[in-house]
Amino acid sequence: MSALLELGGVTRRFGGLRAVSDVTLSVAQGEVVGLIGPNGAGKTTLVNVITGVHPASAGTVRFGGEDITRLRPYQAARRGIARTFQIVQPFPGMTVLENVAAAAMFAGGLSYGEPARAEAMQHLRFVGLAELADQSAAALTLAMRKRLEFAKGLAMRPKLLLLDEVNAGLNAAEVDQALELIRTIAARGVTVLIIEHLMKVVLSLCSRIVVLHHGELIAEGAPQAIIEDPRVIQAYLGKRYAKAQDEARG
Amino acid sequence: MKRDAWIAVVLFALVALLPLSGEAYWLRLGTTVLMYGVLAMSWNFIGGMAGYPSFAVAAFFGLGAYTGAVAQKFGVPPGLAWASAGLTALLFAALLGLALLRLRGHYFAIASLVVAEVLRELVNSMTDLTGGGMGLNLPIPAMSSVDAQARYFFYVMLLLAVATFAAMLFTRYSKLGFGLRCIQQNESAADMLGVDTTLYKVSAFALSGVFVGVAGAVYASWVYYIEPPDVFDVLFSVKAIVMVLLGGAGSMFGPLVGAAAFLSLEELVWRNYLDVHTGVLGLMIVVLVLFLPKGLLSLSQRLGRRGGAR
Amino acid sequence: MLYFQILANGLVLGGLYACIASGFSLVWGVLNVINILHGSFIVLGAYLAYFAYLKAGIHPFLSIVIAIPAFFAIGYGLQRLMINRIIAAPVLLTLTLTFGLDLMLQNAMILAFTADFKKLVLDPPLGTIALGQVVMPVDRIAAMVLALALTGMLYLILSRSRIGRAIVAVRMDREAAALMGVNVARIYAVTFGLGVMMAGASGPLLAMIFPISPLGGPAYLGKAFVICVLGGLGSVPGAMIGGLVLGVVESFGALWFGPEHAITLSFTLLILMLLVRPQGLLGRKGYE
Repeated sequence: MSALLELGGVTRRFGGLRAVSDVTLSVAQGEVVGLIGPNGAGKTTLVNVITGVHPASAGTVRFGGEDITRLRPYQAARRGIARTFQIVQPFPGMTVLENVAAAAMFAGGLSYGEPARAEAMQHLRFVGLAELADQSAAALTLAMRKRLEFAKGLAMRPKLLLLDEVNAGLNAAEVDQALELIRTIAARGVTVLIIEHLMKVVLSLCSRIVVLHHGELIAEGAPQAIIEDPRVIQAYLGKRYAKAQDEARG
Repeated sequence: MKRDAWIAVVLFALVALLPLSGEAYWLRLGTTVLMYGVLAMSWNFIGGMAGYPSFAVAAFFGLGAYTGAVAQKFGVPPGLAWASAGLTALLFAALLGLALLRLRGHYFAIASLVVAEVLRELVNSMTDLTGGGMGLNLPIPAMSSVDAQARYFFYVMLLLAVATFAAMLFTRYSKLGFGLRCIQQNESAADMLGVDTTLYKVSAFALSGVFVGVAGAVYASWVYYIEPPDVFDVLFSVKAIVMVLLGGAGSMFGPLVGAAAFLSLEELVWRNYLDVHTGVLGLMIVVLVLFLPKGLLSLSQRLGRRGGAR
Repeated sequence: MLYFQILANGLVLGGLYACIASGFSLVWGVLNVINILHGSFIVLGAYLAYFAYLKAGIHPFLSIVIAIPAFFAIGYGLQRLMINRIIAAPVLLTLTLTFGLDLMLQNAMILAFTADFKKLVLDPPLGTIALGQVVMPVDRIAAMVLALALTGMLYLILSRSRIGRAIVAVRMDREAAALMGVNVARIYAVTFGLGVMMAGASGPLLAMIFPISPLGGPAYLGKAFVICVLGGLGSVPGAMIGGLVLGVVESFGALWFGPEHAITLSFTLLILMLLVRPQGLLGRKGYE
């Protein structure tokens, strides 16, 4: 399996603060990788660097073998990197269909008019929003907006899909639905990198987990190994808990 | 799109009949309405579609006026002079756009407003070329009669208005127009979806300049004497904006409707209240902004909702 | 030395400029409203001083004291009546509205005062004083001192008084301030009142130095723009720095390029600043 996304020593500074510090990471094609870490660990910043929203202060980002470190967001989008947002941002003045058609047109490369709309309808059907196609995007509930984000992401025909906390604000049933969607997407061959707080999601979906803490990559490996890794426990729960756990284990 | 196109054909055909009335006054008013229609529609590219509050119309108008005038001073025939004015405005707008469109909101508005002032001063100081503060005389077109001249300029403006409308129509129903709408709603989201925001914004800004430049040049030929404060007047920018606000920024015909409505009102005031002309203009603007920010066409929508059954 | 004279001229001018810009900057920084009327209010204040001196012998310095409450009231009322309705509206609408209001005010002033230039000449004149090689008219120095005093007063209001702290809080974070119990609508009205007050109060100062014309507003407004971009929005120190820089730049610019290019020079400076460092020399960004 070839590496689709390669991060080499990526650092992002904001003034004096290192939001992301020397992260080296490789995601192979077809993987579903989970990115976890306590709040403020730098996960969203890392995604921002990959997509070109913030340029990396140091290091390189390679996608499909190409150096994309200095690319602007729209260029990354056209090369097949799609992302969803934690705080969902649809185009409020446009319909649901138009929102997805925009993605299909600009990132997906389809022509204006019927081709983009047909593609958009397809993706809306996939996420179950087809009946709401002509509704204003601003009128959707949170769960629906998250599904709209999915549809937009898919319409971009991505090779790599970066999901940023897609499950925030969803109830248990909605989370299960989202899980199913992601599984189907992954089964179609899309590589997925998912930032997530819910362990149940991460454990059931991901083949590999990467842990960030204070901007640094502190652990990487199979899900089961990661949740028992003392460094990870320390990062989430603090030194004392980790020490106590260690002692309890004997 | 087809519907809008057909309505436009009918509308412009009706307007084209105006010279048959034989009234010089109506012809002059009509020419003015068409000219402002061009300004309003042009502003719509950058202000309405892309959502950037540009006050640069005055800069493009003045630039076009002087380019056309100076070209004719050197013997270039009018048509060619007007075309070159448009081209100059296009290039200037594109370059200016590259510099200014990274600014947002107030900063962009002010910068665009200030450009007209700077241009005015520059033109003022280039006395050898432009006559500076003493103004510039243009060659009067050789025509059979005053009436013929009035008709000539009317049709030129009409043609320009049609061209501007066509450009607006094609843009609106194209990838460019769609992209501009996305930028207007949420620029960073548009960027993330693959829209080349710089290219699109600069294109919209360039479009907002080219027709205005030609209009300025035609205006200069029409009045055959210009001075820097006349053509670099910030009121051109403000009136264009107010006309679009009046007619409704969202629709194709809003700018034209707004231009016609605003100028009719202005004519009434001008004839009856010369002393307080600017003041009443100001009052009109204030009332409009406070009570009708979505425009006349939305008023009909609102009335429809109250009156009709749903 | 010529340069000292030019520098002194620039600094004196700069003090005045700081005063006229500080109110404008405050309104822009806190309400996110560009008050196109600001320049015309300065002119109105100047007329007030002119006619007060002409008809009633009231010295311009005293007119300032009259202007302060009068213009504050005007500003407060204007904001509550009109500006407040569009406070959340896009840039376009607020600019257009204040532009329309400015047209009305200018027209009213032309009708009331006629369009020819008026000059307030003090009798007896205050003369000049010489500090080493530098010669300065006393009225300019007095105007500068008073301008600095006014600006200082504004600064004290903002930093010491309760309402001033509330204004600064709203500037930093409107929602947080509201959560802390600040009546944001009232603060907006007070801030706008302060802005107009500063404009009206600086009118008498400018009347002593420059000729007055009903159409003179935009010129002052242009300077206020440049100062805000140079110094950053919403802060008095910013207006101070911006004002001094502009004053000095204009003085030297007049020397090197000729006084007729003063406006072009300052506007070119504005555009350059916006492109290179939109947050101003002090680095405090206003609204985008």
